[in-house]
Amino acid sequence: MNQTSWELHCPVAVNNDSPRVMLAHGEGGRMMRKLIRETIVDILSSESLAEMDDAARLPAIDGPLAMTTDSFVVSPLFFPGGDIGSLCVYGTVNDLAVSGAKPLYLTLSLILEEGLPIAVLQEVLQSVARAANQTGIKIVAGDTKVVPRGAADGLFINTTGIGELVDPVPPGPQALCEGDELIVTGPVGRHGIAVLCAREELALQPAPTSDCGSLVAATMQLRHRLGTRLRTMRDATRGGVGAVLHEWSESSGLTLAVNEKDIPVSPDVRGASELLGLDPIHIANEGTMLIAVESGASEDALEALRSLPETQYSAKIGTAITRQATPVTITRMFGRPQPLDQPQGAPQPRIC
Amino acid sequence: MKYLDEYRDPASAKKLVEAIRRQVTRPWTLMEVCGGQTHGLLRNGIEAELQGTVELIHGPGCPVCVTAMESIDFAQQLAMLHTTSTNNVVLASFGDMMRVPGSHGSLLDTKANGGNVKTVYSPLDAVELAKRHPEKQVVFFAVGFETTAPATALAVKQAANDGIHNFSLLVSHVRVQPAMEALLQSPHNRVQAFLAAGHVCAVMGYESYEPMVERYRLPIVVTGFEPLDLLEGILNCVRQLEQGEARVDNAYSRGVSRQGNQAAQDIVREVYEVCDRPWRGFGIVTNGGLQLNQDWRHFDARSRFDFIRSLPVIEPAECESAHVLAGRIKPPECAAFGKACTPDAPMGAPMVSSEGACAAYYKWHTP
Amino acid sequence: MCLGIPGKVVQFTQQETPFAKAEIEFDGVRRVCHMACVPEAEVGDYVIVHAGIAISRIDADEAQRVFQELAKLDDDDGWKDEP
Repeated sequence: MNQTSWELHCPVAVNNDSPRVMLAHGEGGRMMRKLIRETIVDILSSESLAEMDDAARLPAIDGPLAMTTDSFVVSPLFFPGGDIGSLCVYGTVNDLAVSGAKPLYLTLSLILEEGLPIAVLQEVLQSVARAANQTGIKIVAGDTKVVPRGAADGLFINTTGIGELVDPVPPGPQALCEGDELIVTGPVGRHGIAVLCAREELALQPAPTSDCGSLVAATMQLRHRLGTRLRTMRDATRGGVGAVLHEWSESSGLTLAVNEKDIPVSPDVRGASELLGLDPIHIANEGTMLIAVESGASEDALEALRSLPETQYSAKIGTAITRQATPVTITRMFGRPQPLDQPQGAPQPRIC
Repeated sequence: MKYLDEYRDPASAKKLVEAIRRQVTRPWTLMEVCGGQTHGLLRNGIEAELQGTVELIHGPGCPVCVTAMESIDFAQQLAMLHTTSTNNVVLASFGDMMRVPGSHGSLLDTKANGGNVKTVYSPLDAVELAKRHPEKQVVFFAVGFETTAPATALAVKQAANDGIHNFSLLVSHVRVQPAMEALLQSPHNRVQAFLAAGHVCAVMGYESYEPMVERYRLPIVVTGFEPLDLLEGILNCVRQLEQGEARVDNAYSRGVSRQGNQAAQDIVREVYEVCDRPWRGFGIVTNGGLQLNQDWRHFDARSRFDFIRSLPVIEPAECESAHVLAGRIKPPECAAFGKACTPDAPMGAPMVSSEGACAAYYKWHTP
Repeated sequence: MCLGIPGKVVQFTQQETPFAKAEIEFDGVRRVCHMACVPEAEVGDYVIVHAGIAISRIDADEAQRVFQELAKLDDDDGWKDEP
């Protein structure tokens, strides 16, 4: 069933006669150059790519850099609120932004499955171009490979991002101190629920929408407003906010204590999670981060975040405290902190 | 959400906890039958809140946990069939069953080994899948208690109505009341009152518990799943116990009536008949299961794929889940708990299902 | 077992038994669920949904019972059997 899944979910009108990616497109000959020139370079409108050299030549930067790499294998390729194209740009840009860097350059490596409609590729690339434009990152190098049908699920993308670290760089989770305040920058679990509902064809209406989006503006606002009072930031992707809390506890040696009632959840995620028996705190986000700020700085941080539309529902959810028996605690109804477990594997809809 | 949020109100919950504390003069032992209740009790910290007041034993009410390994082994063989040319099987399953270990790994392992396994939210979605893929044989792994049986029965009715011949059921439904009786007859029994499973009762009603209460002289209180529901059920049990009474009471009356849901029972009766069934941890439970009746047997995957031979079941030796499921020990009393057996590497089914007593303990129990 | 979630009946998409279906609302999402087991349910009612089928219609009066019980606990200002 994998071989046809991108056809089932693709919003692009694709008829059976439309041109498709062939193995020859990856063989370095005329077909490959034509695909790169007429589809990829044209849509991405990148000068550097247009030169079609072996490497991008970049100007000197005076200062330290941040570099990140990521692979995107989402199924389905298109989901409400985004697609693999916007996802790969925002995912990479956000990794740079939360590390304290201004995103500069992006490379894009496409692994195409033989038979993928060219129209699908075009749609994805247009989405890449839009997201790159919006976040101000330049696509400077790329690669295209074609694998035989069945060897990939439509389209995989690998990216590398480079950014310029801008002072003051937040010191990171190992610098968390007792009393630090924890803030989540929006309702949690939207991306994971959106993708799960689309992939498993759960037929929920309106289909839950991913939060797939840029955190560049939010991270800049925060750094500007808080300066050194900003401890650390992390986009809460796979495993959701729960996974980040566990990672931070491990790096800092502190216990992180959160309150369930303070964690924002949107009505569609709430309804879907109740129905499917899932906990939004363990579900992936793609445009929502967890931040830690110095004790007393959360009001300023929230004010800065709430001035931006994409982080207007930011909320303080907890604090870092002395290490307890359990690394992460959650307070539910009786006001008694209880252990918050780490997520186990991918979320599965359940009926029990 | 209406009918959820109000039953999670902390102030009301505290009030009920206080009322339970005031009632109790002795450490009573109650069993919540259903895994969903175990989940609610531990997740919300109710068990911890009541520590030293009442002891809660976690019952066998997780159908994922009690599904016989033999059924999982059979399902795995079905899922591998698509590699042969004649039977292009898709095994459709609830997400809950995906990680439960059979003799040779779980359905997720089967999928990794090339088996065709698809999770669905509803058995009726599996019928739709069969409709869209006439070239495939869709087998739905029908596990669950009386709560789930109407949905799977409706699925075969829908398939028959729509003329869908490439759909069948691997039936492993279980009935909860015979297991409750089996527990009470056990010489190890410590249960002094039952919180009966609310959604099973939504379908079956609670009239059939009345002879049980007469016979065993213990309170049975139909109980829901939200914190206030659970606490109300516990308060009701404790009041009866303190006053030396033994009645069937309904603490989930917004969803349950004495007769239960007649329409649902009719659908189940039309399609299924009662049978003996092996429960994981219990052995054969007399009248403990449902199977397709004569009129619907042509939808039975076991007869449709009768060339599949059941293989000998291999149980992990260290795992004491049988005792956990029967309420004889609490999960931490098992030597493997939290060591050789964790939710990442589960040995027994109760560590797999998020409803399973071992997993619920591992996740939420405050030591 | 048995995750059962209350949802509001918004509209019927198929009226005829035994395969009646209705759109049910769960906070911010709706899903078409089977109504075969709740023939008495009408638009605006709440039903408990399990595995895609409604298994029970929620009785709005009975839903208040626990709160009446709680009010009684308040009135008693303690419990009558308290030593």
